Amino acid sequence: MPGHVKRKLNGDSHRQSRRGTEESPVVKWVLITIALAFCLVFLLLPLANVFAQAFSFGWKGYLGALTDPDSWAAIRLTLIVAAISVPLNVVFGVCAAWAIAKFDFRGKSLLITLIDLPFSVSPVVAGLMFVVLFGMNGFLGPWLQAHPLHLFGKEIEIKIIFAIPGIVLATMFVTFPFVARELIPVMQATGTEQEQAALTLGASGWTTFWHVTLPSVKWGLIYGIILCNARAMGEFGAVSVVSGHIIGHTETMPLRVQSLYEGGSAGTTAAAFAVASLLALLALITLGLKTFLEWKQAREFERAQQAPPHRPAPPASGDLPL
Amino acid sequence: MSIELKNVTKQFGGVAAVNNVSFSVNEGELMALLGPSGGGKTTVLRMIAGLEMPTGGDVFIRGQRVNDLSVQERNIGFVFQNYALFKNMNVFKNVAFGLKIKKWKRSDIKERVAELLKLFGLDGLEKRYPHQLSGGQRQRVAIARALASKPSVLLLDEPFGAVDAKIRQELREWLVTLHHDLNVTTIFVTHDQEEALEVSNRIVIFSRGHLEQVGAPREVYEQPANEFVARFIGVMNVLDTEVRDGIARVGELQFPAHGQPDGTRLRIGFRPYAVQVSPDLTLYPYRAVLRHTFFLGVMLRLEFELPSGLTLRSRMTKEEFNQLGLEGGKEVSLQVRNYRVLAKEGALPAEKEFTYQPPPTIAENI
Repeated sequence: MPGHVKRKLNGDSHRQSRRGTEESPVVKWVLITIALAFCLVFLLLPLANVFAQAFSFGWKGYLGALTDPDSWAAIRLTLIVAAISVPLNVVFGVCAAWAIAKFDFRGKSLLITLIDLPFSVSPVVAGLMFVVLFGMNGFLGPWLQAHPLHLFGKEIEIKIIFAIPGIVLATMFVTFPFVARELIPVMQATGTEQEQAALTLGASGWTTFWHVTLPSVKWGLIYGIILCNARAMGEFGAVSVVSGHIIGHTETMPLRVQSLYEGGSAGTTAAAFAVASLLALLALITLGLKTFLEWKQAREFERAQQAPPHRPAPPASGDLPL
Repeated sequence: MSIELKNVTKQFGGVAAVNNVSFSVNEGELMALLGPSGGGKTTVLRMIAGLEMPTGGDVFIRGQRVNDLSVQERNIGFVFQNYALFKNMNVFKNVAFGLKIKKWKRSDIKERVAELLKLFGLDGLEKRYPHQLSGGQRQRVAIARALASKPSVLLLDEPFGAVDAKIRQELREWLVTLHHDLNVTTIFVTHDQEEALEVSNRIVIFSRGHLEQVGAPREVYEQPANEFVARFIGVMNVLDTEVRDGIARVGELQFPAHGQPDGTRLRIGFRPYAVQVSPDLTLYPYRAVLRHTFFLGVMLRLEFELPSGLTLRSRMTKEEFNQLGLEGGKEVSLQVRNYRVLAKEGALPAEKEFTYQPPPTIAENI
């Protein structure tokens, strides 16, 4: 059929020619330009500005701003809060994802909804909840003050609001969906057969978890941890409500940025941008890792989906011992 | 006796998936659990493994009651339908997994894995990951993994379900050879009757959670215990007849039915090979015309139409076919050599129309 062949050739040689369902090139390029311009103005320019402002007093000014004792304390506190809340949320996330993906029980959909709750609650409200619960005029605050902990012969008052525990609690609240949310679909996709196989081979539940379950969801888990960490370090609203902004004590990096910026002088503004640049850097690294992991996961998923090539093994490998 | 099930029942939410099943498997036997899907055969396999606990009855492995033993304590090798290889481990680690768990010495593990991989034609693939293997190789890795720590029984769930037809045939032959070489008690689940007949020493046939028959392939083929087995195993000509004057009739076909009252309905079945054909039109009592010929490799399946419109299936080799000088549209004479009564309904009042409901699942294979 020469006609058919010709049409096919034509189609190939005019790759640029548009399909019937496509918009005209003008519309296409206008849309792309708008999207790019939007990203440039609202995302890239401010980001570049952060770094430009941070370095307005040169390298020395930049390092000086970061090593300022109060800023340094804020950086340390942020790391501590993340170091506590992220692992706890990993444990919680794995437990929740496991329960949801591998078991059927009453109230499962309720649990899934509850896990999503922090996404739908304003962080400020979340912080306020803890103030109401543990604050001096709250439900548990006065009781905690009246019942100090006796440790090593010392009396230690458990202070939650305007102290590190409150910041950790608020951070945990806003970040707890991340790990579970990432793991649930991955765990559901892998199913339970590999675990059952491990059991038939004599493995205990714990061994199975460490050697079979965890490795098969590791990319999803790392992805969740990265997102969780980024949010934990960058959280402002909830932490702001519970921290009390005690400079050098209960200020995390985002709060430090705010208080420095409110200082008003050129020096403090530059310092604010210096601290902010660290957060921006964290965001960029997170974005990079996230893209990498998404690619990695997609590849692994493709592998899993791919039907094995159905060909007999080459005779060199011995093939069937008949 | 390697494995014994006594009155085993398994209920899932009030529905009995397995109902009062008893059978035993001898040491070194290659046993097939056969039945249509939903028949309960996989549940039986999983109860032997300890992946499901029976709601009633007892399971014995080598004389020991294992109802209260966990999967880990039963020392069984289980091969899952989709193999369930650990995708994050390479071939070596997959096979070595059970041995590591059982705290074998490192050098012993290395030796055992090498031995198995060689036996299974997998040497050289130690470093490959499951996604880098073909379907047949994956299955062999799964079996090697299951056999590594020398289990007392090898259990396979639909072992040939996940590979294509050509590999399936190779794997069947391979499984028979493997079983012959290792002589480990093996139970496998299949819904393919041909596979069960070809591979196993004995077959347990299930339908809807009930055990229908246990027997050697030849036994269940030639002496099916009931209509279900008769129709599930192999191809069968099935005819509903009615008795008149001591003879069961349908169309022009007649089968002796001594002592049956008139009006009795008999369901009669016979295998294709029981239909004898001759080009000599006077040799056999019935006349028929060859309508269709199906080529099945060495064998041919033929469909003959009788003047009344009845169609009978027969099978013969190509040589026989040529000797008889058969061709499409040719008229022949035929007879039915032996047959079985599959079901019987008593005589009914003539005015009431009798309808017979055939059983639902009928595998019509070769």
